[in-house]
Amino acid sequence: MDVIWEFFRWLYDTQGINLTIFYDDLDRARFLKGIWTTIHLSIVAIVISLMIGVAGAWLQMSKMIWLRNIVQGYIQFFRNTPPLIQLYFFYFAVDATLSSVLGIKGGVLDGYGWAVVSLSFFAGAFNVEIFRAGVEAVPQSTVEAAEALGYNRLQVYRYVTLPLAFRVCLPALNNNLINLLKTTTVAYAIAVPETIYVANQIWSDEYNVLEMMNVVWVIYISLVGFLVWLMHKWEKSLKVPGFGQ
Amino acid sequence: MFKNLLKIGISMAAVAGFAAVTTSATYAGTLEDIFARGKLVVGVKADYAPWGMRDADGKVVGMEHDMIADFAKRLSAKAGKTIAVEKVVVVASNRMQFLEQGKIDMFIATMSNKKGRRKVVGIVQPDYYSSGVAVLAHKDSGISSWETVKGKKICGIQGAWYNKEHGLKNGAEIIAFKGVSEVEKAVLDGRCVGWLYDDSAFIPRKVNAPEKWKDFSIATPVVANVPWGAAVRLADRQAPLGKALSEAIIAWHKSGLLIKLENKWGIPATTWLAEMQKKCNAGDKICNDKYDDGESY
Repeated sequence: MDVIWEFFRWLYDTQGINLTIFYDDLDRARFLKGIWTTIHLSIVAIVISLMIGVAGAWLQMSKMIWLRNIVQGYIQFFRNTPPLIQLYFFYFAVDATLSSVLGIKGGVLDGYGWAVVSLSFFAGAFNVEIFRAGVEAVPQSTVEAAEALGYNRLQVYRYVTLPLAFRVCLPALNNNLINLLKTTTVAYAIAVPETIYVANQIWSDEYNVLEMMNVVWVIYISLVGFLVWLMHKWEKSLKVPGFGQ
Repeated sequence: MFKNLLKIGISMAAVAGFAAVTTSATYAGTLEDIFARGKLVVGVKADYAPWGMRDADGKVVGMEHDMIADFAKRLSAKAGKTIAVEKVVVVASNRMQFLEQGKIDMFIATMSNKKGRRKVVGIVQPDYYSSGVAVLAHKDSGISSWETVKGKKICGIQGAWYNKEHGLKNGAEIIAFKGVSEVEKAVLDGRCVGWLYDDSAFIPRKVNAPEKWKDFSIATPVVANVPWGAAVRLADRQAPLGKALSEAIIAWHKSGLLIKLENKWGIPATTWLAEMQKKCNAGDKICNDKYDDGESY
């Protein structure tokens, strides 16, 4: 490994390309941790937002109007405010209120915790609408056929509507999840040490803005590229001939 | 697959090429441009009371703003017409980039004169102020020295050089925010037990809002006393703009204007400024427009 690190030191000394993340132990450690935080944050937020989406779309079909209204209110709240504002709102306003009500010192959740909450709810609001579109695309006759076989409402949703809906809404879902991964960058406003945050720290210390900008760019292209590849695989594996393709 | 790789390669080269053009372009004679357009575009701070802050009406004011006004007056005299000042509010993490990009002509923005920074921007000599770094800690934090910050949550500001040097290397967990107001809120909310920052920023807080900061005190020795420098683009340092700024700063030291301003804005008197006044009036070489030997912070 040392040979590689030395190569990058040589690159700086001779070419002026300063990639401290390779030869400075401190910078390398915090940069890797930053990438890991981005990945971690993305995965957790994607999983929770998917659960919110599935549950929200189910509740939207409820017969109880107040339940539908609650879901609708949630969607409006999170879809109509910018993610950065939500982050600030949760981290500084909601947390301070909760802390004083509960008598907790030093915050209920840390920056990472609030980033998960805010980003999951943000993407979840879109997911509810995406899944609703999918659910509504399932022919009524199919649902009736399932009911005729003795399925109850939850079973119809779980075994018939949702699997078919998934196929219809995957392209839109792809878009939203990719957006979610990219939106994790705003978490640096509340000091979550993700990729942009550490890159910013490093370029402030080492004055290598240009180099780090390129590195960050490559990292996000790779991360999003991987997610897209994964989602396409999923799309292919779910393919039903003659439906949604 | 190969086609895709090729595409990525080309766009990467384009990005790198574009960046190279924007950073290596020289801006010879910025002062001429300033005279031609009758306007000096200068980067200032609005989050660093009392050097640069917003007053009750939302106007940006402060010690550095007074210095800029005086400099504009000097430029006006040189140009034979009024040179207006356009202020662009900068923060620690973007001031040098703004200058490099040409968004501003110069800045006076509480920046420490560090060796690495001199390679990126033209920090004109002499310096105009000096401050050190310390941790303002809560009385229950258990912080009493630089060794005791180890493993503790310390708030900081994004883009400050000492986050790594005095925070990470001492084993602290640095939680850095973009603006000073966010840091203040986080510190007062107890999200971190201390605040790693310029000692010059703590003093006015303790003086102006003693009730708010009563549980906090400067808990570590002040280290890394580094002077502050005004900056122009690298190419301008030895060009008319840099020379004019140097002249102005030398005049401020000699006349004691900086000490007067320090007083006006309620900043505790620093011995550094008093000594600089003496040295400048005695013609010491620290007070010329060149970097002096042994000046590597």
